[in-house]
Amino acid sequence: MELFLFVTFSALTVGSAAAVVWHPHPVKSALFLILSFFSMGGLYLLLQAEFIALMQVLVYAGAVMVLFLFVIMLLNLKPRGEDRAAFKVRVRWAVPLVLFFVGGVLTAVTGALARLAPAGSHGPDWVAAQGGNIRALGRLLFTRGLLPFEVTSVLLLVAVVGVMVLAKKERR
Amino acid sequence: MTEAVTNTGGDWLRLIVGLILVLIFSQLNALFLVWLERKVAGHIQLRYGPMEVGPHGLLQTIVDGIKLVGKELITPFKADKKLFVIAPVLVFMPVLVPFLVLPFGPELIIRDMNVGLLLIFAFSTFSVLAILVGGWASNNKYALLGAIRSVAQNVAYEIPLLLSVMSVVLMVHSFKFSELVMAQQRIWFIFLQPVAAIIYFICATAETNRAPFDIPEAESELVAGFHTEYSGMRFGLFFLAEYTNMFIVCAVATSLFLGGWHGPFGFSLGIPGVVWFLAKTYFLLFVLMWFRWTFPRVRFDQLMNFSWKVLIPLSMLNLLVTALVLKFV
Repeated sequence: MELFLFVTFSALTVGSAAAVVWHPHPVKSALFLILSFFSMGGLYLLLQAEFIALMQVLVYAGAVMVLFLFVIMLLNLKPRGEDRAAFKVRVRWAVPLVLFFVGGVLTAVTGALARLAPAGSHGPDWVAAQGGNIRALGRLLFTRGLLPFEVTSVLLLVAVVGVMVLAKKERR
Repeated sequence: MTEAVTNTGGDWLRLIVGLILVLIFSQLNALFLVWLERKVAGHIQLRYGPMEVGPHGLLQTIVDGIKLVGKELITPFKADKKLFVIAPVLVFMPVLVPFLVLPFGPELIIRDMNVGLLLIFAFSTFSVLAILVGGWASNNKYALLGAIRSVAQNVAYEIPLLLSVMSVVLMVHSFKFSELVMAQQRIWFIFLQPVAAIIYFICATAETNRAPFDIPEAESELVAGFHTEYSGMRFGLFFLAEYTNMFIVCAVATSLFLGGWHGPFGFSLGIPGVVWFLAKTYFLLFVLMWFRWTFPRVRFDQLMNFSWKVLIPLSMLNLLVTALVLKFV
């Protein structure tokens, strides 16, 4: 059962992620992105991280993507036409860039994770001993992950202030 | 929740029986609520409401439902066909999920998850998504305007909604419905968290697009809002989802602020928990309908200002005070 669900969810995640890129219509691209996020939530669930799974659904598939879709629909973007030559140029640049960024992010994240939570130290048994998913995550966030957590919140605050400034300028 | 994935055997039976019961219940609930709505509306306006079919018109909505099933499904020529068809399904699926965790009684929770409360809010955002998809796919000005209003409203009111709920969660230290209800055995949280309760109920009214916050389907300006182009049972599904959503927000309000299956101040008076729970939930539903015929519809700017400038700061303050009191008193 678990294997079946894993295969279904990962196929959905990867498949719809590919559809996001390939689909000519922006609205449908965004809808596929929601499907991708949603099935990623399913994958988190299989990892017994139900809190993160629900946050994935609530924040990404729900709030963030609704706003994305909102903007795309308001702009009323038309499906883009076929432009083979430009597409080929884009692919030539995109592949090395993607490899570079994915590689970089993966190295950074796994490095940070190894420092924060060495492999095998924070398995299901540890989570159960902490009294559940939410408690375990909260404790980890406010002890060993405190600095990154606070830095992220400052980053988000900067983004909020930035949006306010930009929105105000446009009105004048 | 992961148990649902890994445990096999007897649990499956429980899940399947639960699912069938939920399906039956949500249909009956919607039928009853539509009847109640028309009755309440009638009596508030000094009319009788439906009287012809069945005693006091009780069978009226069943007949209406059959009529709805028989109607032609019209897809507008310029609509986005696939999304237009998917949207009603998309709006109805997520409203069934919360029934998994709603605490109807001490023994009547299909699955008492430790993230139960979050599950409800995670899936409630999907109905907005479905409304947006349906409104856009109709390729109709009024539908799109209704959908856009719906999104703006839901995004604005979800923040104070979650913040007000969080102050209760802080007091109980749990997202689990059974624990949230058990904590109210002696005193209901509406007495300890009156501000949060009021904010929650206002936001819940807005989240379900009910009057006075029904601008997404304001019939005097937008024809019917996001479901203008929908006919037959496709419209029926939007309708069904709306009424089921109303039941869910009221059921959550009951279990968070009105003591769930407990009687007042620990007196159960020998009445079973399910009856207490349903009585309180349907009372809140009656209040929702009462609202509709009491308050005039708000303007869009009033609606936005009220959420961003009043409800959000107030609910944040409430959360802060709760946290300080819990820490130092």
